[in-house]
Amino acid sequence: MTPLRTAAALAALAVAGLAGFAVVAWKPEIAPIRRPAAGDFTPDEVRRGATLATLGDCAVCHTAEDGVIYAGGRPLATPFGTLYATNITPDEATGIGRWSKDAFKRAMRDGVARDGSHLYPALPYDHYTHVTDGDLDALYAYLMTRPAVSAKAPENSLIPPLGFRPLLAGWKLLFLETGGIAPDPAQSDAWNRGRYLVEGLGHCGSCHTPRNLAGAEMRSKAFAGGVAEGWNAPPLDGSNAAARGWTADTLYAYLRTGLSPRQGAAAGPMEPVVHGLSTAPEEDVRAIATYIGSVMGLKAPAQPTPVSPPVDRAAEAAREHPNGAALFAGACAGCHGDGAPMVAQGRPPLSHVDAVQADDPRNAVQAILQGLKPSSGGAGPYMPPFRDNLTDAQVAQIAAYVRTRFSEKPAWPKLADAVAEAKREGSPQ
Amino acid sequence: MTMTLTINGAEHRVDAEPDTPLLYVLRDDLGLNGAKYGCGLGQCGACTVHVDGRPVFSCLTPVAAVQGRRVTTVEGLGSPGNLGPLQQAFEQEQAAQCGYCIAGMIMRAQALLDRGGPISDADIRNHMQTNLCRCGTHMRILRAVRRAVDATGARTSSLEAKP
Repeated sequence: MTPLRTAAALAALAVAGLAGFAVVAWKPEIAPIRRPAAGDFTPDEVRRGATLATLGDCAVCHTAEDGVIYAGGRPLATPFGTLYATNITPDEATGIGRWSKDAFKRAMRDGVARDGSHLYPALPYDHYTHVTDGDLDALYAYLMTRPAVSAKAPENSLIPPLGFRPLLAGWKLLFLETGGIAPDPAQSDAWNRGRYLVEGLGHCGSCHTPRNLAGAEMRSKAFAGGVAEGWNAPPLDGSNAAARGWTADTLYAYLRTGLSPRQGAAAGPMEPVVHGLSTAPEEDVRAIATYIGSVMGLKAPAQPTPVSPPVDRAAEAAREHPNGAALFAGACAGCHGDGAPMVAQGRPPLSHVDAVQADDPRNAVQAILQGLKPSSGGAGPYMPPFRDNLTDAQVAQIAAYVRTRFSEKPAWPKLADAVAEAKREGSPQ
Repeated sequence: MTMTLTINGAEHRVDAEPDTPLLYVLRDDLGLNGAKYGCGLGQCGACTVHVDGRPVFSCLTPVAAVQGRRVTTVEGLGSPGNLGPLQQAFEQEQAAQCGYCIAGMIMRAQALLDRGGPISDADIRNHMQTNLCRCGTHMRILRAVRRAVDATGARTSSLEAKP
């Protein structure tokens, strides 16, 4: 072939490829409907939808800080830029009021909006695609009967060319596996219910499974641990030595209350998850604990391993980190020191806290900077933030002291960098 | 050990153990009795002061941590003869009952004023969440903050700008 012909052939191929891609990427609009009336749904369906919305954490992303519930606007920082959660109240102009049930289901399962545009996988449709028809009906009934709020989310700011949504069709071809989850007859009903909730609405893997360069969960490393909003989401699989201390019962208590006397407290993005689960049906939370327990490789019924005695190498830590020791005494010991009321109330000693034993200091540093904040109106473990009390160097000194005093593991390297990074990643957008 | 602290724009030399809470040094060594000891656990806000312009619980701030940084207490916002906008507003709304929480409330609110820009009632409620009043004058406290916000307008007041 002459070069000219080669070029022509390549051009033809490119055109055919683009045309093929356009066919895959193009999704039709689904005709708008008049907003359904409350009477179109049964109270039972709406109630079921409310429970499912709680289990799916819809409000966590779709509510701005101090904003109206489900009215959207919350920023989500991703490695690809910042996305803003949309308004999912039934407002006709700015929400989903004109979405038919079919449009809602297509969004949840295929990540396509009513108007045919592709949605970013920040909406975890890679999980929601597993949700049953009946549950999506109930969720639709619940959302469509919420008060309509007029609120338009800010424009996303993504690195080019990711603002071009048709590209998402390619992402889906590669990474989206639609379809339900068939129950495993060899497992208990609770295990199957738990798997359905964890893999579906609960979308636990969105944080606890590592993501590849394209931002998709790596299925071969399911639950091997990920990163969310500047915090480590610990591995839930057998690779996590700390997981061996759990039982299905302690997992259940943790998911319900945010506190485990042997592992510490729910913090960062896990806190609103726990807040939601505190009001979810008990049997559903038990089912989640059962399934996560099996992912961790816990034998059922698990024999709780004895609680190891606390590590406390106060003298050695003070020798190695005198500044950290003084700062700890002034800032932390009121709650975490010997005989402090919090410890006397059965809160875990620092040596039992996963974040102190972890291989990297990210969560310990984030906890010092941001503290632990129960959801608005919720009860739960509390710790004041120290972001403004302490300089970055002082936070690093305290972290180094805590690691030496309460852990037998090697010192965390490059703590100053870790503090700077945690501040950058964890700051509100 | 001897440390030099910058408090309300003036330098003070104090002799204290490095882990002493800033609150104790302010009250016991420097006679700045505005900030109060409430819970000692960072849960009530009565001890709130500013460090480098940001509100912190002084009961949980070791004095060694604030060397070389700017500390501002309620005494730095005005004097009995020359009240600052928040102090005036709290007086006008009679926002104190026992008054124990008020210095902390005012310092917390000052951080909101310093932020500048439009401030809604919801912003005030949210911002003041960390500070508790056990007498129950919360509604008056909110009104006082609102009054001060309105009185200062959109002005982004800065603590340094004050004499």
